[in-house]
Amino acid sequence: MATKPFQQAGSSSTITRPPSGGERATDSMFRGIAYACAGLIVLLVIAILWQLSKEALPAIAEYGLGFWYGTTWDVNKEIFGVLPEIWGTLYSSLLALLLGGIFGIAIAIFLTQDFIHHKLALVFRTIVELLAAIPSVVYGLWGIYVLIPIIRPIAEWLHETLAWFPLFSTDLSGPGLAPAALVLAIMILPTVAAISVDAFRRIPYKVKEAAYGMGTTKWEAILKVMLPTASSGILAALVLGFGRALGETMALAMLIGNANQISLSLFAPANTLASLLASSFPEAGAVEVQALMYAALVLLLITFIVNVLGLAVQQYTVRKFEGKK
Amino acid sequence: MSDVDLTATADEGLVRPNLQRQMFEGRAIKNNLLTVLTWIIAILAAIPLISVIYMLLMRGGTRLFGAGFVEVLTALPPAGFEMGGGIGPAIVGTLTMVAIATLISVPFGIMAAIYLAILGPTSKLATISRFLAKVLTGFPSILAGVFVYAVMVVNFGYSPWAGGIALSVLMLPTVVLAAEEAIAQVPQRMKDAAFGIGCTRTQVIWKVVLPTGLPGILTGVMLAIAGAAGESAPLLFTALFSNYYIESLSAANNPTASLSILIYNFSGMPFENQIELAWTASLVLVLIVLVFNILARLFGQPKV
Repeated sequence: MATKPFQQAGSSSTITRPPSGGERATDSMFRGIAYACAGLIVLLVIAILWQLSKEALPAIAEYGLGFWYGTTWDVNKEIFGVLPEIWGTLYSSLLALLLGGIFGIAIAIFLTQDFIHHKLALVFRTIVELLAAIPSVVYGLWGIYVLIPIIRPIAEWLHETLAWFPLFSTDLSGPGLAPAALVLAIMILPTVAAISVDAFRRIPYKVKEAAYGMGTTKWEAILKVMLPTASSGILAALVLGFGRALGETMALAMLIGNANQISLSLFAPANTLASLLASSFPEAGAVEVQALMYAALVLLLITFIVNVLGLAVQQYTVRKFEGKK
Repeated sequence: MSDVDLTATADEGLVRPNLQRQMFEGRAIKNNLLTVLTWIIAILAAIPLISVIYMLLMRGGTRLFGAGFVEVLTALPPAGFEMGGGIGPAIVGTLTMVAIATLISVPFGIMAAIYLAILGPTSKLATISRFLAKVLTGFPSILAGVFVYAVMVVNFGYSPWAGGIALSVLMLPTVVLAAEEAIAQVPQRMKDAAFGIGCTRTQVIWKVVLPTGLPGILTGVMLAIAGAAGESAPLLFTALFSNYYIESLSAANNPTASLSILIYNFSGMPFENQIELAWTASLVLVLIVLVFNILARLFGQPKV
């Protein structure tokens, strides 16, 4: 009876009031800080580019473009070239992408196309995510003490029986390209699988229904309808997985053998840009540091291009399915 | 002519289609083969994880879950042929540097995310920052080490700060993107209600958006911490390695141990004791990473 809601709201004890001067000042300050923090990301990228370029400048002036196709890395003679490292980086990443890509896409299909009960699929997803959570050095350790002993007899057999084939032309004497690429494939598998799963999830359910309605088998629907529809998302997954593989350092530094040579053989030791940095940087002298900075810049350029490409494809996919934003 | 027998064509020209599923029809065989293949691939993909976990428990677990676990967790690493020893300094070093990285990247990351999600989501700066943050997530971690080396180590020497800052460079984009997503999911109605009673944008953000988006933000932060704890490449030549505990947090020439570098250093040693410790350190590192992953999942679960 006594409650008069409207009168109360109209009285001076309302919670509604315009912001005071102090609050306005705090507001603009806070917004300023937020703006600065967003700018910080841009500044960080610029700082990284600037700093690496500055440090590499003497080496760039000295070795120029010859650095890209030089094949020797000799500290004593001060001759530096990174072609074997570029080759090793691309070759190991491509091998890893081939394997990790096939497995990643197959797993994405396995998880999204009703092969197993969705609760079991959740368990399996967790397993794949855990693969991504295991640190790179632990994979390196595992590679040294588990993977290499396992694949060594296989490599020996392949080398003995198929030595004429360029891929098997050398023996695996411990570390080499094959174990490195295998571990790399395991490491990029979660990336490829996760982005591919997203790509499959984006396909409206009625697309699959329509395919089934026309009497396709499950795999005809997957191969002829689902895969082509998800293709751009899968492409993004592959490119981003490739970018991951290019920059991976520790496991490769432990497994690839750090040999500056260009060889097609899967069992030959090789080197990558990232593992060159990891293994040479701590003990490098002033001149070598400049050359290493140049190598870092090369790695930055390659990964930057690949990542931007991957993101562009991914954004294209999102736009295609969700309409232009 | 006029009354065409519709069934006649089927009887004369075509065989009636059999709508029953045929087990040995070409396409059915292909279908089943591919299904089997997918199952094989899925099982194969789980083998490395199982193998890694098995090895960690078998080779690392004997020390960690045995009688001498206090020694393993606190003692200094052994030298050469020495027996025993532990990974104490490395555990402390990893935790210290991850803490430094978190303290740097979380405030900056969340503030940047606030700008990206609320203050100017479509502005030019936001578009560029968002894009660069995404590019940075695929940035080779060793380059963060090279960058911090050039900026800090050259001037001040190796230190936990250099290591922590290198890790924060890697954490920042993860925190920004996760926090932005969490903040953007706060319903517009809640913000409108707050604006309606005269809140400034700052008040809306502090009193409505951040508390509501907190679980999502924490998930992102925990995942970033898990990633940073496992990183080793950026620490190689920023924190270097040390056999002793951190004595001070001074930024001048103060090499610091970390679990991941300990694993890297010990993995190539010819001593059985060191290799065993590398496995133990791996187990501890994986457990730390796992704890933060589980925390991320717990925070991420919607309440009720």
